[in-house]
Amino acid sequence: MKDKTIVCRCEDVTLHQVDEAMARGHRDLESLKRYTGFGTGFCQGKQCVALCARLLVERGGDPPTRPITPRPPVRPLALADLALLVEDEG
Amino acid sequence: MSEELTRPFEALPESCDVLVVGAGIMGLATAHHLARLGAGRIVVVDQSYLCSGASGRNGGGVRAQWASEINIGLMKRSLALCADFATEMGINVWFRKDGYLFLARNEKRRAELEGSVALQRSHGLPTRMIGPAEVAAIVPELDVGRVVAASYNPDDAVVFPWPFVWGYARSCQRQGVEIFPFVEAELETENGRVAGALLRSRRTANAGAEHRIRAGLTILATGAWSPEVARPLGLELPNHPHRHEICSTEPLKPFLGPLVADLESGLYFSQSMRGEIVGGISNNRVPDGLDQRSSLRFLGLYARELTRTMPILGSVRVLRQWAGCYDLTPDGSPIVGRVDGLGDLVLLCGFMGHGFMMAPIMGLLTARHLMKGEEQELFDRWSLSRFERGELLAESMILG
Repeated sequence: MKDKTIVCRCEDVTLHQVDEAMARGHRDLESLKRYTGFGTGFCQGKQCVALCARLLVERGGDPPTRPITPRPPVRPLALADLALLVEDEG
Repeated sequence: MSEELTRPFEALPESCDVLVVGAGIMGLATAHHLARLGAGRIVVVDQSYLCSGASGRNGGGVRAQWASEINIGLMKRSLALCADFATEMGINVWFRKDGYLFLARNEKRRAELEGSVALQRSHGLPTRMIGPAEVAAIVPELDVGRVVAASYNPDDAVVFPWPFVWGYARSCQRQGVEIFPFVEAELETENGRVAGALLRSRRTANAGAEHRIRAGLTILATGAWSPEVARPLGLELPNHPHRHEICSTEPLKPFLGPLVADLESGLYFSQSMRGEIVGGISNNRVPDGLDQRSSLRFLGLYARELTRTMPILGSVRVLRQWAGCYDLTPDGSPIVGRVDGLGDLVLLCGFMGHGFMMAPIMGLLTARHLMKGEEQELFDRWSLSRFERGELLAESMILG
């Protein structure tokens, strides 16, 4: 059942994929994120980063000193709203 | 042999035949081809994780629409290599060949695009000029009211950049190339030649640990970091880093065929295989130097121009933004090849934010150049010494 245990719900990343990525040498949090895609979906890691960091450390990976680089915006924002930000520049 | 792509700091050898600094796509593609040609023991080091630099931060555009003969010829070959990459390397790169559409907003730009199209067609590309009606037929959601004409090459493509890095890394590893991430290199000279480097670990477990490596040949493939890495040698490179930002929306059902680009504003956007709209825009007001932070101003500039170009996207939400560094040169052309007066140092930098798409062909040609003496003309033309000789080059189809 290990291949059905979901660790990132937005991107459907499984525990099995985390194990596979680590076996291939992705042994730090940023590499693991890029190889499995955890944290890159709709919630942008809010639900999965802590879990993936723990799994990484439990499997002997490099202990992260910080979370994955946060990518703004904190919440999804509509392009029409963002387009108003620079209106005064002409 | 272990399936691990990378090696730990403790496994660094005392010496190697080729030291590649920078495990981005440029360094790894070159190492891959050097190994194929039997270059001996090859060591690749990178100051951070794989995909940490521009190779992991670009928009994945791969096009043969260029304005100079040299770039058209090279990119035609690079596109073909990209199309075969998944099969050759056994990795999914989400290659999607739906073309590139360069919009002209005025007659001046139309004339420029027409000139480029003629040159591209003489190289056998299917690029053609099309009018607003055909633009609207290809991308019905575009506001063609402000479009005078466009150039369209249906064979240009977009890919997901990360698997290219892993594909080359995997192939390197299988051929015995040793890849060391989180290792910083301070290049060292001996009797006027670059003899290797003092390497320092940047992993948390053994940060600061040092190891000296001797190398027969040292290749600098460090993108925007190149001036910084070259400086301890007393070598001042004329290129400089320029932050470029990019963002991605929530995924949408596939609707957008080509990558759409506008050389006026520098806007470009495409729909990835995941359904997201991924794009960026020119921004001349960015902090100097190596800076990979995101800005609100970029989101504003991009969103304003994108919603003018394709108004229907107004209600679509931006999920994430990030930044990477372009590696800009004074004349818009790369700096490659051996350095006069510094024996055994090879530069592979200054790719103007287009290094990702050029790496498949440049890796191949660099390996052939170094091992077989081929491609002398290209390496002369793009040499560092052209700046001293005053033989500057030109390329007008640079995006962003």
